[in-house]
Amino acid sequence: MSELVDILFTVGLWSSVLRIATPLIFGTLGALLCERAGVLNLGIEGIMTFGAMVGWLTVYQGGDLWAGVFAAAACGAVFGLLHALMTVNLGLSQHVTGLGVTLFASSLSYYIFRLAVPVQGTPPTVEPFQTYAVPLLSDLPFLGPTLFSQTPLTYLALAVALLLAYVMARTPLGLAVRMTGENPHAAEAQGLNPIGLRIGAICAGSALMGVGGAFLTLAAFNSFFPTMVQGRGWVCIALVVFSTWRPSRALLGAVLFALFDGYQLRLQAHFGKAVPYQLFLMMPYILSIVALVIMSRRARVPQALMKPYRRGER
Amino acid sequence: MRFERRETRSPILLMGAPLIAVAVALAITGFLIALSGAPVLEAFQKILISAFGSRLAITETLTRATPLIFTGLAVAVAFRAQVWNIGAEGQLYLGALAVAAAGSGGAFGLPPLLLIPFLMVVGALAGMVLLVVPVTLRFRFGVDEVVTTLLLNFIVLLFVSLAIEGFMRDPLAFGWPQSVPVDGDARLPKLVPKSRLHLGLVIAIIAAIVVFLVNRYSVFGMQSRAAGLNAAAARFAGVPISWTLIKVACLSGGLAGLAGAVEVMGVKGHVSTALSPGFGYAGIVVAMLANLNPLGVVAAAIFVAAMFVGADGMSRSLEVPSFIADVTVSLALLTMLVALFLSTYRVVR
Repeated sequence: MSELVDILFTVGLWSSVLRIATPLIFGTLGALLCERAGVLNLGIEGIMTFGAMVGWLTVYQGGDLWAGVFAAAACGAVFGLLHALMTVNLGLSQHVTGLGVTLFASSLSYYIFRLAVPVQGTPPTVEPFQTYAVPLLSDLPFLGPTLFSQTPLTYLALAVALLLAYVMARTPLGLAVRMTGENPHAAEAQGLNPIGLRIGAICAGSALMGVGGAFLTLAAFNSFFPTMVQGRGWVCIALVVFSTWRPSRALLGAVLFALFDGYQLRLQAHFGKAVPYQLFLMMPYILSIVALVIMSRRARVPQALMKPYRRGER
Repeated sequence: MRFERRETRSPILLMGAPLIAVAVALAITGFLIALSGAPVLEAFQKILISAFGSRLAITETLTRATPLIFTGLAVAVAFRAQVWNIGAEGQLYLGALAVAAAGSGGAFGLPPLLLIPFLMVVGALAGMVLLVVPVTLRFRFGVDEVVTTLLLNFIVLLFVSLAIEGFMRDPLAFGWPQSVPVDGDARLPKLVPKSRLHLGLVIAIIAAIVVFLVNRYSVFGMQSRAAGLNAAAARFAGVPISWTLIKVACLSGGLAGLAGAVEVMGVKGHVSTALSPGFGYAGIVVAMLANLNPLGVVAAAIFVAAMFVGADGMSRSLEVPSFIADVTVSLALLTMLVALFLSTYRVVR
């Protein structure tokens, strides 16, 4: 049994935690931003898939790694705009539209991928982001290899989390977005533009989702294959509830989830013979459901979430 | 530009919405086919021929449509009551697994006439249980069932994989991970000899008619519609909301479970993780294209199945990836939403 505890204190586990958490941080923050403005974005799974594909393809075609990240963000924003036009401007069901965006974005990414890369034995690869050791800090014992020897995208994810936490809590823009999600009528009465704010929030949030997907193909792995997002988008939607719609807690939730996932992977290596590996793979999904059950009652949902806003209509 | 609710929804617009939606989706598909460099018109012609061009093609399309009718009905029933069941894929797999477990190795010595209905009940029950849990979580703990049913899809697929590599593994499958086969008596009879088309299609169409009648003429149908239109008002009018939603969940989950049951009993004979190429998710498109009308589901399922079968055939002769069918089908969902909106609202300058 003590081995189980020993694994918890290995550098290997903890340096994998931030790596596993990175796409979840991007995705959760993106979904959180949309929901804070009052719109559920179930397009996340497909947007992450498209981000993963387009980021990889950009680099595969000779683009720079950062160009890949930018392409993923831009495509994410475009799908976000599609979601926004349908749910905000037309006020259509956010559930069904989001699922439609997911189905469309993922099937389109498979189609484009197959057009660009014909079927072959092993999927082609690109040279992914290398870890960047922060000078001095990476020499610290334990913290150095776990916190300060990550890929640039992981540092970016942490920076975005802090920035979003600051913007949402401390700036007029953040207040406006939150107000739109709580009471768009009041926001309009204050001279704000709820429609514009919602569209902006969804596009920005979806861009983050796209970057989260690109991390998978440009840093975590080095190739693209269909179904590689593996429900991470849905986990992010669950993490938003877990975070009670706060960026700082979203960061915490993603890291906790990744710790569990990393631990599960190591247990799998340890007990792989005795226990079927599928049981371990199920754990993260079961954990998400459990977290939802525990948190949903306490959660203070943005009051106008999933309520379309039409000017002059009550 | 503003949108104004139409005083009356004209039936012509409502009937035309799916046709317009599909036409727009196909137009965009044509553009995407052109991107691949293939001749667009020839590609569409090949799709049509591969889906309907011969007796074999037609039976293949209808075989593919059978599980889609069930999953489409499952989604339509649930969405009508605003139960967001996105878990039809998982319910299908659990139903299939339950049927394979109960229908193999002697199958309790039941005669075929009883065995087939018995197994269908087993498959439906498995699907039911899988949906009742998240719906219960919704009104006990306020957990959004969209996320839970989605996550359950992944859990169930892993469980299926565990079962067919472990306790339900077929030792005679040359190492392929697949479940033990169901007994010969449990196989659904063929409708057309030398094809894959089986009795499941008839059962699916009967199910669609039954759901249509229940929806329109029963108290439960009225209550489930009321719960979907305005839950607060329905509760005020004396509709037992929780109980109604549980019943909706049973019906919806059961229908999705049946999809798995007929796939195993009619087509495959066993369960593998390749049993469903996303029938559960395509069911959402089918239901929406039918505007949640159970009879429309049959037509929508045939369209979606024809796209998949047709694109498979087309991609074999032209160098267009068969993923194009998934693109068309998902596009049709989005265009249908807009078309329905425009049938309800008019644009005012």
